[in-house]
Amino acid sequence: MKTQYARRSEATAAGTLLPSATPLQLIDADGHPGDNPGSLRLPGPDVLVELHRRMVLGRRFDSQSTALAKQGRLAVYPSSRGQDACQVGAALALRRQDWLFPTYRDSMAVLTRGVPAEETLTLLRGDWHCGYDPVQYRVAPQCTPLATNTLHAVGLGYAATLKNEDQVALALLGDGATSEGDTHEALNFAGVWKAPVVFLVQNNGYAISVPLAKQTAAPTLAAKGIGYGIPSLLIDGNDAAAVYAAVRAGVSRAAAGEGPTLIEAITYRVEAHTNADDASRYRASAEVSEWLSRDPIARLEAYLRGAGLLDDASAARLAAEAERLAEDVRQRMNADVSVDPAELFEHVYARPTAALERQRAELLAELSELEEPAL
Amino acid sequence: MTRVMSTDSPDKSAAAAEAKPVTMAAALNQALADSLAADERVVVFGEDVGTLGGVFRVTDGLAGRFGERRVFDTPLAEAGIVGTAIGMAMNGLVPVVEMQFDAFGYPAFEQVTSHLAKLHNRTRGRLALPVVIRVPFGGGIGGVEHHSDSSEAYYTHTPGLRVVTPGTPADAYLLLRQAIACPDPVLFFEPKRRYWSRETVVLSTDGPPIDRAVVRRPGRDVTLIAYGGMVATAMEAASEAVSEGWDVEVIDLRSLSPFDEETVAASVRRTGRAVIVHEAAGFGGYGAEVAARLTERCFHYLEAPILRVTGFDIPYPPPHLERFHLPNTDRILDAIARLQWEDEDRG
Ligand SMILES: Cc1ncc(C[n+]2csc(CCOP(=O)(O)OP(=O)(O)O)c2C)c(N)n1
Ligand SMILES: [Mg+2]
Repeated sequence: MKTQYARRSEATAAGTLLPSATPLQLIDADGHPGDNPGSLRLPGPDVLVELHRRMVLGRRFDSQSTALAKQGRLAVYPSSRGQDACQVGAALALRRQDWLFPTYRDSMAVLTRGVPAEETLTLLRGDWHCGYDPVQYRVAPQCTPLATNTLHAVGLGYAATLKNEDQVALALLGDGATSEGDTHEALNFAGVWKAPVVFLVQNNGYAISVPLAKQTAAPTLAAKGIGYGIPSLLIDGNDAAAVYAAVRAGVSRAAAGEGPTLIEAITYRVEAHTNADDASRYRASAEVSEWLSRDPIARLEAYLRGAGLLDDASAARLAAEAERLAEDVRQRMNADVSVDPAELFEHVYARPTAALERQRAELLAELSELEEPAL
Repeated sequence: MTRVMSTDSPDKSAAAAEAKPVTMAAALNQALADSLAADERVVVFGEDVGTLGGVFRVTDGLAGRFGERRVFDTPLAEAGIVGTAIGMAMNGLVPVVEMQFDAFGYPAFEQVTSHLAKLHNRTRGRLALPVVIRVPFGGGIGGVEHHSDSSEAYYTHTPGLRVVTPGTPADAYLLLRQAIACPDPVLFFEPKRRYWSRETVVLSTDGPPIDRAVVRRPGRDVTLIAYGGMVATAMEAASEAVSEGWDVEVIDLRSLSPFDEETVAASVRRTGRAVIVHEAAGFGGYGAEVAARLTERCFHYLEAPILRVTGFDIPYPPPHLERFHLPNTDRILDAIARLQWEDEDRG
C-alpha cells in the first residue's frame, strides 16, 4: 500500500506530466524558426521537404474531394483543409509497423499513410464502409462514433506489448471527442497499462458548431493528461515540423516501453464541418481569414525557400504532381459505381447463416424479376 | 502467434476421465483454462477476474496458473474493456472478457453494437473479431437492483453478433470452448441461478455445433422452448406434465442468434403446439421472434396459438418480489393447459 501511494505522489511532484503553457512551435506562421520549441527537435531537411510535398498533395486531394461532394459524386466529405499539418505530420511520423486510428475527418492522413485515393474515398462515396485493407496499411477503418477508436488503439497497442512486439498505435481525435467517456477510459487504460499509444487531439476549435468553451473547463486539453499519469504536449498544430516531431517523440517513448503520450495540436478547420454544414451560423468570416494567415503549407514553403530546399522549379513540379493526383481522383470518382447487392450478406459473419443465405436468395430473385422484360 | 496445441488434446485426457459432479461455474472455469492452454492467443480480462477469480469465481485460479499477461484485472470501465478487446483482436489476440453483471454491460453497448458487431462487415471480411463477452445474466439469486437483468434481446437484435447461452454444466463447457474458437464475436450469457447447479458428466468438446439447438427431452404433445436458466425449469415442468397426461418435448436453444429454425420447426411440426419460456420481459422479447418464425414456418401444423411464458413487462423486481415475476413450472403448465386441447381430435 505504502509504496503505491509513494509512487503516485512522486509522479505528481515531478510535474513532468504537464504541458507547456503555450503551444510548442518549430516554425512560426511566417516561416521563421519558432521561439518556443520546448523539447521538440526540428526534423531533417528530407523530412521537411516530404512534409511539404505531402501537404500539397493532401490539400489538392482534399479540395478535389470537397468539389466532388458538392457535385454529388461523394455522399459527404468532411474536409481537413487547414489541419493539413496534423494530418500529414502525424501520418509520416509513424513507422511501417505502427497503426493509425483515424476518424471521419482524417482522410488526408489515411491517404498520406499510403492508402490509394480511391480506397480512401470508398466510405465517403458510399460504396462500402471501408475501402481498404486495414491490416495491409495498418490503418483502422475511419471511425465515426466519436472517441470509440481511442480504445481500439489502446487495445491494439497493448496486444503488441503482450506479444513482445514493437508496435505503436496513434489515435486521432477531435476536441469535441475529448468530452466522450471513451476518451477518458482510453487515456486511463493506456496510463495503467503503459500501452504504446500516442493520442493526437486536433483541436480545431469546434465540434460541428459547438466551440471549445462549451466543451471543457480545463485550461487546455493537453492538461488532462496529468489526471491519467500521461505526459502531454501542447503544440502548434499548423506547424507540420512540430506535429511530426511531437508524434515521433511519442512513438519513440512508446516503443521504448515508457507508455502513452497525449498531444493537443491547436489548429483550425477552414471548411465547414462537412459539405452539408453552414459554418456561417456559428463563426465569423473574420475568424476564418485570421486562420488563413497561419496556413500550414505557406509557412513551411517559406521556410523551405529560405533554407534553399525549395525553388520555383521544384514547386512547379509539385503543383503538377498534385494536379495529376486530382485528375486521377476525378476520373475514378466520376466513373459509375458498381455495387453488388449479394455482398450485403457476405461479411456479417465469417460464414453466412442459413437465414442470410435465404435473404440473399430472396433479394436476388426480386432483382432478377425486375430485370425480366415486361410482357 | 499461432495455436500451440490442437483443441482436442485436453479433451483426450478428459475422455479418459470418469464422470464427476461438476457445477456450471466449475465447467466454465475448466473451459477457460483449457482454451488458455490450447491457444496462446487467448487472453482473459475484466473487473476482478484476476486476483479474486471473479465475483462468481468463474476465473478462479487462472491468473495464478497462466500469469498476468494472459489473465488480468482492468480498470472499472466496460466500454474500455470491450473497446480494448476489439483492438487486441485486431492485433491477433482472442480476448475473452467479462461483464461483471448483465446490467453493467450497458456502458459497453456502443462498442458492442457499433464496432464489435460491424467491423468484419465494414471491412469486407478483412478484420475478424473473435471476441467473447461473458455476461452473467438473469435473476433468481436474490440480487438487488441491476443484478438480475436479462439483456439478451438487445444483442440478438444486432446483426453480426452471435448470442449463446448454456442450460447445463456440460453445455457450459462445450459452448464456451466453441465460442472461444469461433471467428465471430460472441455474447456468452451465463445463467447466474445455475452457476451452482451440478451435473455428473465428463466435460468434452464433442457435441452439437455452436449454432445448433438440442432436444433435451423428447415428447409428442407440445414443444417447450427454453434457454439459459429456464432450461431446468422447463425440464421440471415437463416432468410434472406427465401426470397431467402431456408428453412434453423440451428444446434448449443454446444459440439465440443465429436461431436454429430447422430443429425447432421440425419439433413443432411434430407436436403441433409450442410454448416459449424466458425470464426477460415479453414485449419485444426474444420469444416474440421465435413465435413469429414458427408461425411463418409451421402455420398449417399448429393446433393452437404459440404461447409465451415470460417475465412481466416491468423493471426487474426487488429480491422479495422476484418470485412473482419469474416464470415457474406452474405458469408453464398453465400455458400448456391453454393450448386448446378441447379442440383436439384424440381419435
Ligand atoms: C458518439 C457520437 N456522437 C455524436 C456524433 C455526431 N458528430 C459527428 S462529428 C461531431 C463533432 C465532433 O467534433 P470534434 O471531435 O471536435 O471533431 P471535428 O469534427 O472537429 O474534427 C459530432 C457531434 C458522432 N459521430 N458520434
Ligand atoms: Mg473539432
